[in-house]
Amino acid sequence: MAKKKKAAKRVATQSTRSSTGTTPRKTRAKKATSKKKAARDAPRKAAVKKGNKKRSPRAGKGTQPPVPGAWKVIQRISTEAESVRKKILAKRTPTMQFPVRSLSNVVYRPTSGFFEMKGRTKERTLTVGTVKTFAQTLRMMAFSKELVESDDIATKREAYYVSKNWQECRFNEQPESDTVMEDVEALFGVNREQLGFIPEEKGGDVAGELVVVDHDRETGEELRIDCTRFGSGAYSIPISVEQLRFETKARFILAIETAGMFQRLVKHAYWRSANCILVSLGGVPTRACRRFIRRLADAKKLPVYVFVDGDPYGYSNIYRTLKVGSGNAAHMNEFFCVPQARFLGVTPQDIEEYDLPTHPLKDVDIKRAKDALKNDPFVRHHKAWQKALQLQIKMGVRVEQQALAKHGLNYVIDEYLPRKMANTGAFLP
Amino acid sequence: MASQQREISVSEFFTKNRHLLGFDSPTKALLTTIKEAVDNSLDACEEAGILPDLEVAIEPAGGDRFRVVVTDNGPGILKGQIPKIFGKLLYGSKFHRLRQSRGQQGIGISAAGMYGQLTTGKPIVIESRTSKRRPAHRYELVIDTRKNEPVVKKDTTVDWSAAHGTRVEIELEGVYRGGRHGVETYLRQTVLANPHVEIAFRPPGTTEADEPVLFQRASKVLPVEAHEIQPHPYGVEIGLLLRMLKETRATTLKSFFQTEFSRVGPTLARRIAEGSGLTSRTSPRRVSPERAELLLAVIRKSRIPAPPMDCLSPIGEERLLESLEEQVAAEYYDAVTRSPAVYRGNPFQVEVGLAYGGELGADDLATVCRFANRVPLLYQQGACALTKAVLQTNWRSYGTQQSRGALPSGPLLLMVHIASVWVPFTSESKESVAGYDEIIKELKLALQHVGRKLGAHLKRAAKARDSERKRQYIEKYIPHIGIALREILDLSERQEERVVRTLTGTLERSRKM
Repeated sequence: MAKKKKAAKRVATQSTRSSTGTTPRKTRAKKATSKKKAARDAPRKAAVKKGNKKRSPRAGKGTQPPVPGAWKVIQRISTEAESVRKKILAKRTPTMQFPVRSLSNVVYRPTSGFFEMKGRTKERTLTVGTVKTFAQTLRMMAFSKELVESDDIATKREAYYVSKNWQECRFNEQPESDTVMEDVEALFGVNREQLGFIPEEKGGDVAGELVVVDHDRETGEELRIDCTRFGSGAYSIPISVEQLRFETKARFILAIETAGMFQRLVKHAYWRSANCILVSLGGVPTRACRRFIRRLADAKKLPVYVFVDGDPYGYSNIYRTLKVGSGNAAHMNEFFCVPQARFLGVTPQDIEEYDLPTHPLKDVDIKRAKDALKNDPFVRHHKAWQKALQLQIKMGVRVEQQALAKHGLNYVIDEYLPRKMANTGAFLP
Repeated sequence: MASQQREISVSEFFTKNRHLLGFDSPTKALLTTIKEAVDNSLDACEEAGILPDLEVAIEPAGGDRFRVVVTDNGPGILKGQIPKIFGKLLYGSKFHRLRQSRGQQGIGISAAGMYGQLTTGKPIVIESRTSKRRPAHRYELVIDTRKNEPVVKKDTTVDWSAAHGTRVEIELEGVYRGGRHGVETYLRQTVLANPHVEIAFRPPGTTEADEPVLFQRASKVLPVEAHEIQPHPYGVEIGLLLRMLKETRATTLKSFFQTEFSRVGPTLARRIAEGSGLTSRTSPRRVSPERAELLLAVIRKSRIPAPPMDCLSPIGEERLLESLEEQVAAEYYDAVTRSPAVYRGNPFQVEVGLAYGGELGADDLATVCRFANRVPLLYQQGACALTKAVLQTNWRSYGTQQSRGALPSGPLLLMVHIASVWVPFTSESKESVAGYDEIIKELKLALQHVGRKLGAHLKRAAKARDSERKRQYIEKYIPHIGIALREILDLSERQEERVVRTLTGTLERSRKM
């Protein structure tokens, strides 16, 4: 019974996290892995070296993620395993302490600007009910150790397929393996890349007044990528962004939820007229995308404005995750958040102000809004957000970015965004 | 008009009302014939303290005729009694006594013989030997249906291998059937309720060379002999009381109550008499009907011990269990014998045997085997109090399934037995028991008793299954913990094995949490 519930919950969290749903993953995974295979070793090695040199991973708080050396990750895995073994041999039931990965275990401090973990942990005791997950967690740790030792990597989906060798211990669906992986990540307080796991999601697209300085994987030659020169295409944010440097004269960064709106703004070179950098989030932003925006904004002291659909998902999932991180991977929020982000639209007020066509709120939307009002520390901290969500529940409607097309396809460029940008002070926090 | 009025012989009555005695269809006639012969044999054996060994053979005799032969190892019948027992209706030792026995009216075997005679014209053939020192007699009997008198057609002596016993042969028109109402079912159930009996059965179509179907004896203990008793005061109605008051030989009320009733002592007798405004010394004959009513009222208010148990001979819990274990391939057995109770002054006792699981059909409705004084009841299941009590019991609360108003379903067999000095059958064919409240209540208490224990057993079994499932679950995943730890910590195979072994032990001990 308990197991079933847990599994259902996992699936639920998964589906909220990836806006693209589960069906297209397979094709995406394939593309991603082949891309990565070519460009595999160099960045990882670089990351590891940097970590070794720095010794104190937390020194650059907010500017650098902690990068413990490979030996340290291996040591942590071994220590945990040894403690489990000792308990077993002492005829005690082994336990592992995991940080609770949910909104209930984060606190929002406006001074630091992101969700910080409160430090509540759940003890997973090896019992009849947990023996399968326990075994899977340990096997995942063993696999991770093997990856780190051999300086190899695996995507989340590859890890899921590797588990198919584990007989009864195998994962039936990828969400199960992702959850266990995230547990291990949180257990050691590291980023999954340090465990040898890489995500297969696309990081996000960038266009506009920006030059990204990267290096050729083989020759080490400096590459200057001009994001104004992709025509109707865009620059793709890589999985790892720590090595990138930036050159820009833009005034701000505009993060956009949907690819459709991004396309429109690119096509009509909004970035040129507004002198900005456009980033397509593609639903809830990936860690790489969040990290990219954060590094860029920090390095160039740029404001970040966020433009998403006017619904509870856009507010409390996409915008909130971008700005302060998630409850699910709270141990890494410090690096994967953009505290300087401000909310441009679409706000519930915009519906009346711009006379936008709407859809009625679905039950799930209302539930999400109420849940945010009740449980999301970020919303609970900001009165403005509470008002916005309450207003939306009261209006009972949601609105999409593209609804602006009602007033003409380029209304968004000619009217909406300029009017909004004229008064950035009124943006929601 | 008056000239047309004459005495009707019992035999003549029977020929016109054969359905009353269980001969209403050819199938039933065959079964009833065997039943009466077997009942007689068993009663005779038990009375003589002999473990009954019976052989029942049904031989086709051309057309739809069958020859039924029942042979026992009983005490045999004295030569002079033979014609009366088998050739005269209502002759018997049982009718006048208040005592538990299989037959009651002495109507059975002679009626079977008469049926055979009516349908085939053949006489009953009886062979019987009472001791090694005497020869075996052979009679061919017909019944004069007008006079209710036996007519001996042939009287010879024959060779017998056994020292004593009786063989009855009746030829009759009938239909042989298997199934729920068949002869084989009847014999099987007979042995089920009489574990001290062994029956070899030769169905039609088998020859001497074939092995008979053997229903084996589960116990060598003979049933306790049932004693005769006086009626119990609680069961007496006004009509019976008035008749008893009139017919008694006692001269005072006190001695009337003491001698004519069971469980009435001098004190109680006096109290009943005085409670009704009479004295102990009042003559029974002079008690008016009004006073008699008062006597009854006082009796109902008095506390009188239950009638003596020794008039009843239940199968007993131990025998029931032995029998079920021998005859039914199940996993779980239980039996309960209630203390005797009384309906209308007649002591009776209820027993229930239960078998569950094993080879019993899991998808069928439960099988209910009904018995009255150890005799299987095959017909009129729906009208019978024994069935009603099963239906009225809530089997769902004992972990079995039961649709509304139906028998419980599942691999369940129930034996329901009522033993009484006078079983209240709904008709003379003795196929179902009347539903007196006292009887239904006792039956339900017995059924609830075995039901509760069955429920507990099923719960235990489910728990055991559950914990077995858990054990397998643990055993499936623990090796992976071993593998993972070996991979992470570079353990040797021995170290890995030790981890797995220790952890399995630890978890098995903590499994109850």
